[in-house]
Amino acid sequence: MIRVENLHRHFGGFRAVDGASLEIATGSITGLVGPNGAGKSTLFNVIAGALPPTSGRVTMDGEDITGLAPHELFHKGLLRTFQIAHEFSSMTCRENLMMVPGAQSGESLWSAWVHRARIREEEAALLKKADEVLDFLTISHLKDELAGNLSGGQKKLLELGRTMMVDAKVVFLDEVGAGVNRTLLNTIGDAIQRLNRERGYTFCVIEHDMDFIARLCDPVIVMAEGKVLAEGSIAEIKSDERVIEAYLGTGLKNKETA
Amino acid sequence: MDFLNAFVALSNFVLIPAIAYGSQLALGALGVTLVYGILRFSNFAHGDTMAFGTMVAILATWGLQAAGVTLGPLPTALLAIPVGILGCAALVLATDRLVYRFYRAQKAVPVILVIVSMGVMFIYNGITRFIIGPDDQAFADGARFLINARQFREMTGLAEPLAIRSTQAITLVTALIVVAALFWFLNRTKTGKSMRAYSDNEDLALLSGIDPERVVRVTWIIVAGLATIAGVLYGLDKTYKPFTYFQLLLPIFAAAIVGGLGSPLGAIAGGFVIAFSEVGLTYAWKKVLTYLLPGPLEPDGLVQLLATDYKFAVSFMILVIVLLFRPTGLFRGKSV
Ligand SMILES: Nc1ncnc2c1ncn2[C@@H]1O[C@H](COP(=O)(O)OP(=O)(O)OP(=O)(O)O)[C@@H](O)[C@H]1O
Ligand SMILES: [Mg+2]
Repeated sequence: MIRVENLHRHFGGFRAVDGASLEIATGSITGLVGPNGAGKSTLFNVIAGALPPTSGRVTMDGEDITGLAPHELFHKGLLRTFQIAHEFSSMTCRENLMMVPGAQSGESLWSAWVHRARIREEEAALLKKADEVLDFLTISHLKDELAGNLSGGQKKLLELGRTMMVDAKVVFLDEVGAGVNRTLLNTIGDAIQRLNRERGYTFCVIEHDMDFIARLCDPVIVMAEGKVLAEGSIAEIKSDERVIEAYLGTGLKNKETA
Repeated sequence: MDFLNAFVALSNFVLIPAIAYGSQLALGALGVTLVYGILRFSNFAHGDTMAFGTMVAILATWGLQAAGVTLGPLPTALLAIPVGILGCAALVLATDRLVYRFYRAQKAVPVILVIVSMGVMFIYNGITRFIIGPDDQAFADGARFLINARQFREMTGLAEPLAIRSTQAITLVTALIVVAALFWFLNRTKTGKSMRAYSDNEDLALLSGIDPERVVRVTWIIVAGLATIAGVLYGLDKTYKPFTYFQLLLPIFAAAIVGGLGSPLGAIAGGFVIAFSEVGLTYAWKKVLTYLLPGPLEPDGLVQLLATDYKFAVSFMILVIVLLFRPTGLFRGKSV
């Protein structure tokens, strides 16, 4: 379980995250929604170690992980994707995925020479896995394409693919669906559900597409102006006055009245 | 016959010196480009890093010579290179620990790190002069020539002599080995791949479980190795003087930028582009042209495009010309 306690992240005088407290239960697919600029991505950045918090605490299964570096969190099984897709642009899609398990064996020059057979085996296994993931994401025809040349949506898929290369515990997805077409969005939704059921991944998903959230997430957390506004099932959220207020003129309200 | 003589003269005065000098610049530029790619700043202390590593190697060479250890026809300094690398690695790792790491933790912008590296440059500068002094130092021994002018003339009967100094041959062979090893490391080992990944996209590399401090450490060790080897080869080929190494900063940076900062292949290409331009533009072409052109067209002057005093200006010229047409360098480097 990820627990966030009274987390603050300020930029100068601006409180992007302003005392947010929330929990992400193990085994859940928790949705995180809120208007643009609510502080969702900033919250992710702090949890995932990309930004130090101004104050507050983050724990994972009771262990304090506040301010740990991203690579340390990776080894604890906490992964994330970026709202604006990141990729190793000078490597192929396949190489991108194969980078994910970080530096495991083959660490030292010594073992790179001595254990060449074992490393070749590992590489072969890794390659197979990467190809499976690419297949799963329907981008296997791009496996030898430089990741820098992919379209925005394809980069998003590759981002999701990275989280499938290792056995993660908790995965934070920042708008994986943005810029991805409907059919593929459903595929991504299925992938998330399958990883959740079959491999026990816990997810926290930021998404503006309410249908996507409704289909996958329980519970849903609503953020606005750096604070947690409400939490509950999608139905509860949709009928919550404060939430409708926060979204006034956009998103939910339009949907409700339409 | 005249054509052959022209070619021999060309080899003797342009091709061979430029290949040797180009290899030295390439090794230097590789160090600069690695720091730029991984640590994301232009390291102005690189020339003095070379000077320091070479100094340690020279001290070790003297020690070996005093103990009567030699390599026969090869320079004893080759044996001392590992010692030089160790000393240099210790210095740069200590510098990183005491200086650069602080700024990394602050996420300082590159321009701050550039200025910091200038400070480091002055300190290295002082340390080197304090230990070995500012003067020229001789440390080359072993055979002077692989082929000397007389042997060549006897062998071929050509009027034009050709001499290949052993240091030129050693430079080329060593550079080839070092570059092959470096590329093997970067492309085939996990650590090398994580370095490339880190250079490509730092945030993503961290998310892939790559330990940034380890990448930085390995990078400094490799940079120390490249700098020391480049410095020792240059010192064997020309001369060792701390100030000369500081001056090398200009052609080395020109090489790295021309090739595309952050691109190892570019650093090598850039090294040779700069070396060939420098040697070619400051060479008096009269002799070669006299062999090639029919009598009436033979040049009167030296046909030297630039006086050798201007050789450092050549780096600048090439730099400007290349950047006008390819702002990111020949091999599309990166910008931070
Ligand atoms: N590095 C930064 N420096 C200054 N302000 C920032 C920084 N990062 C984010 N902010 C501000 O913090 C607020 C929250 O941004 P954040 O990206 O977390 O919003 P979000 O909820 O993810 O929005 P969206 O749904 O549009 O992605 C915004 O007003 C943004 O301008
Ligand atoms: Mg966001």
